[in-house]
Amino acid sequence: MDHLGLWLAGLLTLGIYSFLYRDNPWYKVSEAIFVGVSAGYWVVYEYWQNFVGKFWDQKGDQPWLWIGAALGLMMLMRLIPKIGWISRWPLSFIIGATSGLWLMLYLTTNCIAQVEATIFPLFGADFDASAIAIFSNFVLVAGTICGVVYFFFSKAHTGAFGATARVGIWTIMITFGAMFALTIMNRMSLLIGRTSFIFGEWLGLLR
Amino acid sequence: MIARRSTPDSGTCGSLRISTFCLFLLLGVAAQLSAQEGAVDTTTRSNPQIPPAPVTSLIAEDFNYDDGENIMLTWVPSIDDQPAIGGVTGYQVFQIRNDGVPEKLADLLPGANSFRAQDLQIDSTYRFYVVALADGVSSESIRTAPIRTEREWIDWNLWNLMLITLIIGGAIIVFIETAKRGKKLFVRKIAGLEAVDEAIGRATEMGRPILYIPGIQDMDDVQTLAALTILGRVAEHVATYDIKIRMPVSRSLVMTAARETIKASYQAAGRPDAYSEDMVSYVTDEQFGYVAAVSGIMVREKPATVFLLGAFMAESLILAETGNSVGAIQIAGTARPAQLPFFVAACDFTLIGEELFAASAYLSGEPRALGSLKGQDVGKAIAMVAVVLGMAAVTLYSLTEGGAFKSVADWLHTMFTIASD
Repeated sequence: MDHLGLWLAGLLTLGIYSFLYRDNPWYKVSEAIFVGVSAGYWVVYEYWQNFVGKFWDQKGDQPWLWIGAALGLMMLMRLIPKIGWISRWPLSFIIGATSGLWLMLYLTTNCIAQVEATIFPLFGADFDASAIAIFSNFVLVAGTICGVVYFFFSKAHTGAFGATARVGIWTIMITFGAMFALTIMNRMSLLIGRTSFIFGEWLGLLR
Repeated sequence: MIARRSTPDSGTCGSLRISTFCLFLLLGVAAQLSAQEGAVDTTTRSNPQIPPAPVTSLIAEDFNYDDGENIMLTWVPSIDDQPAIGGVTGYQVFQIRNDGVPEKLADLLPGANSFRAQDLQIDSTYRFYVVALADGVSSESIRTAPIRTEREWIDWNLWNLMLITLIIGGAIIVFIETAKRGKKLFVRKIAGLEAVDEAIGRATEMGRPILYIPGIQDMDDVQTLAALTILGRVAEHVATYDIKIRMPVSRSLVMTAARETIKASYQAAGRPDAYSEDMVSYVTDEQFGYVAAVSGIMVREKPATVFLLGAFMAESLILAETGNSVGAIQIAGTARPAQLPFFVAACDFTLIGEELFAASAYLSGEPRALGSLKGQDVGKAIAMVAVVLGMAAVTLYSLTEGGAFKSVADWLHTMFTIASD
């Protein structure tokens, strides 16, 4: 049985990779199995994780969980077209509640924490920063200001404002370049992991 | 005269000397006695049979501005808690609830003089005591008076967050009201959005479908909300030009919301009969299962236009490259910095970060969306001013040590620091 699973995993992995050549029956079969199995897995996962784990097992200790259960039930009303409109209520509740939560999270992480991190002495605490550090500090502050200017939507990008915004987008693009390289390196490690599975665990060619 | 005069002086000096001698003698004896007592004490405290002195002045106070699960304990350590003596090896903190059974909360090192009791029950009464430990012996402090955990509705430690929220929120409300009164609010052109009409026109000319991917996150992600807002505008065009739109999604809630959005757009365009629920289909929650399915759809249906708008993760490059390989014009946008480079590299137009949120306001032109966008710009202006002022004040203070600069720097630091309990 272990061997069957191993061969199945290996063949399906190659099937997914075969998409690199073109769309083909092998890929279609692998894709269908992948999608079907994962969708089924998520149904089971959600049932045990959310319904049983978060509601059924704790409903006695935390009566307010019944409110969540009621909202979930209202969402299922979509299955009955005549009263399908009821599902809009839990949907609007989710959007409203999470918008409020995200508001504070975004404000603290994307705004306040960023500002706080950018307030520092350009030349070091006791004028003791190295030339490289001072240059980095200037780049960091200028890049931050120019970047924010680029995302300022109330003013047209013309004149000095436009020039500052252009510096901002260049800063952003250079940052993207560095991030691109970093992410590609991470993806390469994933590829190495999968190749290691094919040639090691499956085919036994790696010792 | 001299002798007469010198005699009393000599006497005075003599008695002064004697007095001084006696005083020193007394002090010396007292110091000696004190030293002897100390020596006796040290010997006594080092004796493993005798418990150390207990902690004193134990006070329990409700922790300020919390959710009612914390109580702060402070005390004066045992007088035997001195490294030279080595009389105390640590402390144990105990709590007593209504049932009267003590429960150990923590083991603390010597020198500890405070402890925060966490994860307590809200609106419950507790008593506490601290045990000073020595080698094999211990001594308990007196127990605190019963104290009740209390939940505060407002965390005043975060007053700065409240102030900034009120300023930005106030600005948003002002701009929304301004827009509602009919004043036209200026929003600069966004290149990626200018291409939306062009992309829809291309699909019309080629007679091929439009593929709309709203990311892989659920409705609790603000990027998904932005994607659905843009979808409303796109779907209206689609309905007008009678193009086919295909929208595979990875979340059931997104499917529901997207169907509602497209249905409303078709109604707004005067073509409710042309709407079909098949336009939006659920695939799977699994990230790469979804990617496999969408990639398959791309190569089989060869859409003329692909929208990749929303929250994306590792699948961004796969989707963008596959869309590129089938020759589709691609408009992408996300607020996830790590995925933006892939969209910039593989797509025709990219909405970077906040442009995605601005897009929904820009396209809809609704007062609420536009006012929100303009209000956020006020927040950005405040941030820029704070960065410049703060950086200048800190730098000048570090160079000159001027008090005024320090005050400004400290105030800005306080204003932009999130207090953590």
